[in-house]
Amino acid sequence: MAYVIQGETGDWELVIGLEVHAQVISKSKLFSGASTLFGGEPNTQVSLVDAAMPGMLPVINEYCIEQAVRTGLGLKAKINLTSVFARKNYFYADLPQGYQISQYEYPIVGEGEVILDMPDGSTRKVGIERLHLEQDAGKSLHDQHPTKSFIDLNRSGVALMEIVSKPDMRSPEEAAAYVTKLRSILRYLGTCDGNMAEGSMRCDANVSVRKAGEPYRTRAEIKNVNSIRFLQQAIEYEARRQVDLYEEGGQVVQETRLFDSTKGETRSMRSKEHAHDYRYFPDPDLLPLMVAQDFVDGIKAGLPELPDEKKERFMGDYGLSSYDAGVLVAEQANADFFEAVGKGRDPKLACNWVMGDFAAAMNRLGRSIDNPPVSAADLGGLIDLIADNTISGRIAKEVFELMVETGKAPAVIVEEKGLRQVTDTGAIEASIDAVLAANGDKVAEYRSGKDKLFGFFVGQVMKATGGKANPALVNEILKKKLG
Amino acid sequence: MSLDKNTVRTIANLARLEVRDDELEHLAGELSNIIHFVEQLAEVNTDGVAPMTSVVHMDLPRRVDAVTDGDCQDKILANAPEQQDGFFLVPKVVE
Repeated sequence: MAYVIQGETGDWELVIGLEVHAQVISKSKLFSGASTLFGGEPNTQVSLVDAAMPGMLPVINEYCIEQAVRTGLGLKAKINLTSVFARKNYFYADLPQGYQISQYEYPIVGEGEVILDMPDGSTRKVGIERLHLEQDAGKSLHDQHPTKSFIDLNRSGVALMEIVSKPDMRSPEEAAAYVTKLRSILRYLGTCDGNMAEGSMRCDANVSVRKAGEPYRTRAEIKNVNSIRFLQQAIEYEARRQVDLYEEGGQVVQETRLFDSTKGETRSMRSKEHAHDYRYFPDPDLLPLMVAQDFVDGIKAGLPELPDEKKERFMGDYGLSSYDAGVLVAEQANADFFEAVGKGRDPKLACNWVMGDFAAAMNRLGRSIDNPPVSAADLGGLIDLIADNTISGRIAKEVFELMVETGKAPAVIVEEKGLRQVTDTGAIEASIDAVLAANGDKVAEYRSGKDKLFGFFVGQVMKATGGKANPALVNEILKKKLG
Repeated sequence: MSLDKNTVRTIANLARLEVRDDELEHLAGELSNIIHFVEQLAEVNTDGVAPMTSVVHMDLPRRVDAVTDGDCQDKILANAPEQQDGFFLVPKVVE
């Protein structure tokens, strides 16, 4: 269903393109040997290069090149064997060079694509325009002093990948799905940890609106969006603002806007008026970056199975639905856990347990997949007990809760608590006889056509046996006796 | 191509250079002369020649991904007009 904004003059369509800045996972910076670790004492992870001392020269980190190529391949993108670093000139207190080393006309990665997994199980393709390598700036703290800003250059010079999408998204949900999927791919590749709270993944949104069938109208760029939820809020707000502006007879101006998460609104950043005049030119300190096809092929051969391929495999080999498979593969650790549980077992049953009771327990207890409430082996053991009819599915839920509580293996709990399913037909028959004898009136009603009472009898028998009677046998024998 | 006074004013602003109004005319002339000088290169036919950004016949030198530098806060802050708790202090820049 298409997302529309209803205005006074009719329906408006939303057009969104995203620029994601993803911090490259590397030990040292893009052009210096200083550490990239998060959270160090201020200005301790800074080399003279990062502080832009006179005469310092940048030397590129070969691993960052590899990471950018790996990411490009993960986005099914064209790798440019020759790319060029350029200076993007602007003045800001946390940019000691007075320019950012970036890539402009010749980025290292060209066009690619990301497949979105929408909440309803459908998929959508979003084009990637380019990916380029660039330096991060330092960090400014504005709230430490009434008249001064504090500057920490630890982040200055850390490698970033700027990943630019095509303006292919049409709703806030698609934008959220894009960032989620991109983050998942980067984590699988091990090229970015995707931690938005720590700023290792940041997002700017280009938003415009138009009437159906129109060419693109002027866009505004929203900065400072540090969570997926805020991204959706910022886009919703901005789209509404633009529609209202047009309908009041105004015009949208191309500008940078800041998202204020406490007020839930975007506002103009006047200081950025001239900001788009960056006067890019090739950095004379750096020769063109050449990578060999062999180098690219080597990285390609070592790529892990990525979310889309894994999803395909889960749907094909295990018969999972698109939705279930999409949820399981979003995090590699979840997918691995599912495969450990499901190996040699009924995959749908394993999927239901991992996404159902197990996920619920994990959320309830605030645990993570790396520190699960129940191990994959134990959860698999529980499924085995269901499969060989030792316990029923209903009892299994009880056993599971006891596993979470005690950490004991499922078989041990079943023995200790005497939860083994009754499959002795004689014992079940005796229970059924007792239930039928005690409910003579209901038996008569059933026989005169009130079929719905069958469930009542099943319930009574299960109650009488403490839930341990094999449900299939109960059904079978009941039918015979009532028939 | 020639530069007019307004363009010079914009460039000066972007470069954070303070230029008095009575200097603009003169600077516009000087900068235009430099551009005209370089523009002579346009006479050379470069059809089919790939643009280049360097005349050096060598590959971009690379380094391995290892921490070999940093941990010199004193040196980094040595020239700072103002500092506190290991941070540079600058006039407040915020919206």
